[in-house]
Amino acid sequence: MSGSGFPGSIDGVIEVNSATKRYGSKTAVDNLSFTVRPGHVTGFLGPNGAGKTTTLRMILGLDAPTAGTVTVSGVPFRTHRRGLRHVGALLDAHHVHGGRSGTAHLSALARSNGIPLRRVDEVLREVGLTDVARRRVGGYSLGMKQRLGIATALLGDPPVLLFDEPINGMDPEGVLWVRHLFRRLAAQGRTVFLSSHLMTEMENTADELVVIGQGRLLAAEPLARFAARSTRPSVVLRSPQADELAALLVAAGARVEPEGVGGLAVTGLPANQIGILAFDNKIVLQELTTRSASLEEAFMKLTADSVEYLAGQQR
Amino acid sequence: MTVTAAGPPPVSARPVADPPARFRDLLAAEWIKMRSLRSTPWTLGLVTLFVIAAATVEAWDSYTDFPGMNPETQREPMFALSDAFPLTGYWTLTLVAVSAGAIAVVSEYSTGLIRTTAVAVPARGSVVLAKAAVVTVVWTVVGTVIAAGSFAVSQAILSGRDASVSITDPVAVRALVASALLPPVCALIGLGLGVLIRHSATTMVTGIFALLVLPSFFSITMRWSAEINHAMVLTAWERLIAMWAEPSGDGFYRPTVTESWIVYAAWPLVAVVAALLVVRHRDV
Repeated sequence: MSGSGFPGSIDGVIEVNSATKRYGSKTAVDNLSFTVRPGHVTGFLGPNGAGKTTTLRMILGLDAPTAGTVTVSGVPFRTHRRGLRHVGALLDAHHVHGGRSGTAHLSALARSNGIPLRRVDEVLREVGLTDVARRRVGGYSLGMKQRLGIATALLGDPPVLLFDEPINGMDPEGVLWVRHLFRRLAAQGRTVFLSSHLMTEMENTADELVVIGQGRLLAAEPLARFAARSTRPSVVLRSPQADELAALLVAAGARVEPEGVGGLAVTGLPANQIGILAFDNKIVLQELTTRSASLEEAFMKLTADSVEYLAGQQR
Repeated sequence: MTVTAAGPPPVSARPVADPPARFRDLLAAEWIKMRSLRSTPWTLGLVTLFVIAAATVEAWDSYTDFPGMNPETQREPMFALSDAFPLTGYWTLTLVAVSAGAIAVVSEYSTGLIRTTAVAVPARGSVVLAKAAVVTVVWTVVGTVIAAGSFAVSQAILSGRDASVSITDPVAVRALVASALLPPVCALIGLGLGVLIRHSATTMVTGIFALLVLPSFFSITMRWSAEINHAMVLTAWERLIAMWAEPSGDGFYRPTVTESWIVYAAWPLVAVVAALLVVRHRDV
């Protein structure tokens, strides 16, 4: 396993550096900079039309940035003659020809990159499409097409993987599977960059976040720190030693409110740190829950601000 | 704990080194794409049958009309090659080939598959070249089968009136080669237009207009107009399959054989080169 390389290595790092993309008079991405590192699932969030897909397209060299640079492992993606061993991507599950079978679609792609054809069977098995592999893709459900897109991304066994809204159209079992897959790919030391317009998709999958709005960067930080932006209690806990823990939490900089009998609602400290604090002080925890509403709220607040800011600036 | 039957891990060990980017891999990939569409064998099969059937009908008409023809025409059967390569059949072949060449790329643009392809092969010019090569080979094979078939069937019928042309006749060979090459020439023009236009219906209309409609706008009675007419693919083909052409100077301007071969080469070359230039610099 090549993994994420040694510290400071640019292997698998996605670097967006002051990238701007204009289509005519419309600016889709505006002086955007961020870095995505290997070994993590990084969520790429923003409301519809924020410029997520444009950014992914620039990473993949499909669109050339109007200004700035975008590199993967230190080089622009388009400098590669063949791409599948460097970056795997699912941009849109519909980017297939409905008249071909799943096997034919993957075989042509594998062949173009000199990837042995047995790899096609492997990825089909991995995504659970073996039984329908010989059927025409036009007859696949959206969820099946998403799985085929994921198979395409995995084909070249790449160190960097990009997925644009991969969970759309998937059934609950598929969603669970795909989350598990993303975590596993990141654990293998790969860079997993995952876009969505829904915060709820991220909370169980991503550990890093890049948030954009109106083509500009709003936040790039660990999910836990992002959650701390919320003004609402983000973690609910229950403990027989609630009073004792409340004092420790306040000392650690959190805001604490009582919630029911033996319960505390904590703002400003993520669940894992609360757990460590409780453990270090030999305090029994009976419940420790991160409230998704708070992540959603932090996201809404941030993106709403960006819209207001822009509207105010134009006046 | 039991392990669920999940197959091997999604990712095998990373390959030791990047294998070289070979053009023949792209050819193989494009060939897989072409043969994996159900419409491919149907289109090729039906158009082959149609053109050979058209030649059969033409030759049969000449066969039955033969006794009523004037003795000079009977002695010099100028119709032998135009029966083998009838306009109806070859117009249809032109239409099908230009459309098929266009669809080879436009279908990728209309479905969005082109983006999947461009991520797999960032060297987009190589993809266009590979597509062009596969389209050329497939349509040259089909064009050869059709031309040989329609020639053989028509001449077999006409030989019953002793009005056939021999395959050893240099003009017959020229007509055969020109007819066999007409579909790849048209398919490459369609492919080039497809890359430039990217939109299915617009590409088809443009291709059909340029190949089939445009020539009729330019008469051969005026010098400038004739020059444009001579630059048309179908004009070139008609000259190349003609057994004999009157020299220019009687108020009509006719293309030469050399000129016609140049037109045959220039159209697909310009189309493919334009496609290569555009595809490198344009966002996908």
